Amino acid sequence: MMIDIIVGHYNYWVVVFLMMAGFYTVISRGNLIKKIAGLNIFQTSVFLLYISIGYVSEGTTPIIDEAYMTYSNPLPHAMILTAIVVGVSTTALGLALVVRIKEAYGTIEEDEIHDQDRSL
Amino acid sequence: MIEQNLSLLLVVIPLLSAPIVAILPNGRIPWLMTLITTWTCLAIAGWQLSVVIDGSIISYELGGWAPPWGIEYRIDAVNAFVALIVSAIAAITLPYALLSVEKEIPLKQTSLFYSLFLLCLVGLLGITQTGDVFNLFVFLEISSLSSYALIAMGEQRRALTSAYQYLIMGSIGATFLLIGIGLVYVETGTLNMLDLQQRLHPILDHRTVHTGFAFIVVGIALKLALFPLHLWLPNAYKYSPSVISVFLAATATKVAVYIMLRMVFTVFSNEFVRITPTTHIFLLLGIFGVILASVAAIYQTDVKRLLAYSSIAQVSYMVLGMGLASTLGITATLVHVFNHALMKGALFMACGAMVYRVGSSRFFKLNGLGRQMPWTFTAIFIAGLSLIGIPGTAGFISKWYFMLAALEQQSWIIVLVILLGSLLAVVYVWKIVEVMFFRPAPDSAASIKEAPILLLIPMWVLVMANIYFGFNTELTVNVADTAARLLGVAAYHE
Repeated sequence: MMIDIIVGHYNYWVVVFLMMAGFYTVISRGNLIKKIAGLNIFQTSVFLLYISIGYVSEGTTPIIDEAYMTYSNPLPHAMILTAIVVGVSTTALGLALVVRIKEAYGTIEEDEIHDQDRSL
Repeated sequence: MIEQNLSLLLVVIPLLSAPIVAILPNGRIPWLMTLITTWTCLAIAGWQLSVVIDGSIISYELGGWAPPWGIEYRIDAVNAFVALIVSAIAAITLPYALLSVEKEIPLKQTSLFYSLFLLCLVGLLGITQTGDVFNLFVFLEISSLSSYALIAMGEQRRALTSAYQYLIMGSIGATFLLIGIGLVYVETGTLNMLDLQQRLHPILDHRTVHTGFAFIVVGIALKLALFPLHLWLPNAYKYSPSVISVFLAATATKVAVYIMLRMVFTVFSNEFVRITPTTHIFLLLGIFGVILASVAAIYQTDVKRLLAYSSIAQVSYMVLGMGLASTLGITATLVHVFNHALMKGALFMACGAMVYRVGSSRFFKLNGLGRQMPWTFTAIFIAGLSLIGIPGTAGFISKWYFMLAALEQQSWIIVLVILLGSLLAVVYVWKIVEVMFFRPAPDSAASIKEAPILLLIPMWVLVMANIYFGFNTELTVNVADTAARLLGVAAYHE
């Protein structure tokens, strides 16, 4: 029973692990680029969650063919394509901001930026 | 026939005009194009509200796919009211933007600036129009991404770190919302709001639904700057360009309030709210938010930051209204959404005028300037009275309805919190008045003139609106009441 829960839902355990790893990185790291990387992992875990949701057991790729009757649900795939685009633009914007911060402050460590702001 | 298409036009017009503005030559032409777009949006939003105010509904099927399979834009009085607020603030901000942007944004970035402004408007309007939860997430991200970029355009380098902080917090919030939508989708297999409501009804006790609800509420609360998730807001408002402070302070958190209302009361319905401790959490966080944010506002030494903290307190009032979960409470929330947009719009415009002339909004730079810039500071004074809730101003009407809602349920603690919040507002508004009227002006202040007329007119339009809607409550209260009933009815019609 216990084994069933762990092995049968292994993809969800991967999702939870990635989600927590990413979230922890965002919160705990002081390096601005590492934060963005953490955010990325966090978002990717959600993509995986959606793909898992769309899976239908015994289902094939959702392309109509006479040989197959059961297809995976294509809607989560479509949604996640949109979410991936959103994730990419967030990462791009975040990294662009980091470049500008580096130009303005000369550092990308959060505590050093904080010190510079306070000394003004 | 065209009435059916109004809902889509409201999104498509700014969406198409944004890339056009981006390729226009820098200078005043992009501004003119944006001005025309926002005023068109205002006209459409007004028309839309006049169609649905009698309780009818506009439903538009995107691409001809029938709901619940396709995306549906479904407009009732709630959507139309919030859409009108957003487009009205955008339309009134634009005349103000001309001079302020010329002063604060480098000339070579003007067309991109206005293009981003329009994208932000698209996102906010799209949120109000759509009847599909995933579509809502996409629009939320459109408005958020463009506002991160807009905040980063502030003059000081701290604008960059503020935008970065907002990006991290905002993305976490949006991702939480995405997780919540995914979990609800697992249980129901639909994304259409009304369809969700009906399919969720028999399974309200499932644990997945509860988890999804928690993710959705926390995600929106981050966008809403609900205490204790408000940390991104003060810096984001302080360091962004003046025009963006005005626009975001008056619209962004209000739209988040709308999302919260929609999700909690339409999608999950009143019944779900009753079997979970949702209202208690709203009330508790609202109480802490009102008091702690107001106290924090008192200790600020910068007008913009002070107003930002006051915004957090005012949003907490709206959450209190939701926590009361009665028709009167929701009416109060919606009335306050409208009135708060008027007050904060006027106040941040006045801040922008000070930044235009003085170059800063820190207290020690503003000593005694009330005599140099009488119109600007009188505007702050009147809008400040409205913020406190003095009779004769719009703020009084909101406070009055919050009081009625709290008294109706005899929750004396809420009554006390509302009174205490108003008293604290007296203190922080008085702090601004003291700085500008009662402190001696430095010699260098003699050369500072009143703000240009183009900044004063939009500011005073909003100030006058604060007074007008303090006497004529027909529009605000009637519409808010219809909207609140719709949210209630939508939940009970099963």
